[in-house]
Amino acid sequence: MRFMRSAIVALAVTTGAVSSQAAEIKVGVAAALSGLAAQYGAAIRNGFELAADEINAAGGINGDTIKLVVEDEQGRKEEAINVFKKLIFQDKVLVVFGPTLSNSASAAHPIAQASRTPVFGTSNTADGITAVGNYVFRNSVTEADVLPDTLKKIVEKEGVKKVGVLYGNDDVFTKSSYDNFVKALKDQGIAVTTTETFAKGDVDFKAQLTKIKATEPDAIVLSALLAEGGPILVQARQLGINLPIIGGNGINSPKIFELAKGASDNLWVGSPWSVSSDTDVNRNFITAYERKFGSKPDQFAAQAFDALNIVAAALKTVELSGDIAKDRIALRDALPDVTWTGATGPFKFKQAQDRSGKPAGYDADQKPIVSVTKDGVYEIVN
Amino acid sequence: MFAQQLINALSLGSVYALFALGFTLIFGVLGVINLAHGAVFMVGAYAALQAVVLAELPIWAALVIAFIISGLVGLAIDILVLSPLRKRDAPHLIPMIATIGVAIMLNSAAQGLFGADTLRFPPGVVPDGSIEAGGLHITAVEIGIIALTIVIMVVLLLGLRRTSIGKALRAVAESPRAAALLGIDVEGLFRKTSFVAAALGGVAGVLISLYANAVYPLMGQPMLHKGIAVIILGGMGDIRGALIGGLFLGFAEVFAVAYIGSTMRDAVAFGLLFLILLVRPTGLFGKANERKA
Repeated sequence: MRFMRSAIVALAVTTGAVSSQAAEIKVGVAAALSGLAAQYGAAIRNGFELAADEINAAGGINGDTIKLVVEDEQGRKEEAINVFKKLIFQDKVLVVFGPTLSNSASAAHPIAQASRTPVFGTSNTADGITAVGNYVFRNSVTEADVLPDTLKKIVEKEGVKKVGVLYGNDDVFTKSSYDNFVKALKDQGIAVTTTETFAKGDVDFKAQLTKIKATEPDAIVLSALLAEGGPILVQARQLGINLPIIGGNGINSPKIFELAKGASDNLWVGSPWSVSSDTDVNRNFITAYERKFGSKPDQFAAQAFDALNIVAAALKTVELSGDIAKDRIALRDALPDVTWTGATGPFKFKQAQDRSGKPAGYDADQKPIVSVTKDGVYEIVN
Repeated sequence: MFAQQLINALSLGSVYALFALGFTLIFGVLGVINLAHGAVFMVGAYAALQAVVLAELPIWAALVIAFIISGLVGLAIDILVLSPLRKRDAPHLIPMIATIGVAIMLNSAAQGLFGADTLRFPPGVVPDGSIEAGGLHITAVEIGIIALTIVIMVVLLLGLRRTSIGKALRAVAESPRAAALLGIDVEGLFRKTSFVAAALGGVAGVLISLYANAVYPLMGQPMLHKGIAVIILGGMGDIRGALIGGLFLGFAEVFAVAYIGSTMRDAVAFGLLFLILLVRPTGLFGKANERKA
């Protein structure tokens, strides 16, 4: 009972503060903080917290401070829908970031679209995410843009002519990444020796790897998330497969050096962000992140960090009325024109189309950086 | 490639069998499908990881610690959850559902304590590289898993056949009530079985996470699904069945990948399983209306 009373007092205090000054801008973050995708979600939350702290410390947005409302969507579609409803209708946030996985985004984004709430994906790289409608934004560079560049680089440097393919076929993200690899391989005339699959939670990949090895490819194309990607690298090297491995976004994280310690060399990845990218903004981001969280950031933290800054840049051009419905529309209208140079480099939006070719949401317009791993670091390939 | 796939199949099959041994033991004696076995498996992996990382113990000591800690967790599950349900004569589905709750609690606790990140044992805890002979590769962990699976199975089988505790266990498996009338301490045996089954699950957790190089809170979940298939195939509650069922699933999966295609892996493995159950509905070693320990 005492808890109830203090909760009511606390509620009265916060609502009082909001009505007098409108000093708080509520921003929703739906991230997978538990479940199988939790390691991405945690990095994403950290990225948002760091950005919010920095923006608020620098005086906020035209005097208003950003308040993050972070909810755990567990990396599951059903939960993402619940969390979106809570953030949009109950917490009445101005914009929702997330959810973490493309799977969940396809399920939850239509709710934001229907309620005219801007929604901003920072880690959804599957095709069609922004086809939902004009309230859907993302700064995650799609794999359709990244993978062809990665392949071009490795063909140029290593003379790769034929590849074996291994991918997770029970996940929208790794499947979509596979589809993009297939398209890029075809466009660039690279032969595929064999295509193998695995499922989430598998512990053994040696059957597939042995089969791939027997087809004698020049490199292995791998579309996996970290939990499987690490063991795959280790088991490949244990089987004596020392070929270059070309990865998608899912295994582009410094964590791979830990998970595949001793077996992490010669992994080629393309991504909008690299820990080795030597710009001032990126260096500051990495230092601040390490100071606050005690670990190295990854691509997902960097994209979350940039995303909040992009929205903040848009909000600075908008005069908020305090009417949440109007403010959401105003933010949506301001977002497409934002340009920003963040941890991931220069950024702007490009118009995406829906399935019938009509304009829909907005994708990222950004150049990827191709890196190869060596001795526990990413080396940028020029 | 064929010889390498044989080795792959043998080690994967042993992985499944190792997990299924404790799982089937608890069913054979207590008559409970313990859906917390996957979580206990995870507890063992984390216990050993902490022992290796924090206390810098060698891997054999970490295995002993994992054995004891997950055994104690199994004992606690029996005392706190299964035993009260037995006393109240709960219908047989109720303990199974209760163990789902236990699994969720253990998974969340692990995530709260250690975070959701995938972790791994530091390199060098076991010899990392693989032994190569004539183009074939096998790792120390794989040899360890295969050997330990066989050793544990032999010990369990001999223990059940030859020792008085084993005889008592088989009597309990036949009918707890009749065993109690004959003066056997049924509750005590249930406790011992819960400890041993969970302890074996914990050891399996350590070995399999060394094998896969991955320790994470939900690591027991996919294994649990395979484990259920294995013990159904082997005959619920049968120790030999767990080994043969595990090896069967391992071989079916690996050879489905090798000769049919990896997208068809689960379809082939579980299709075969279904066919076998059509012919032998009680599983390979199961007998109708009878539980065996």
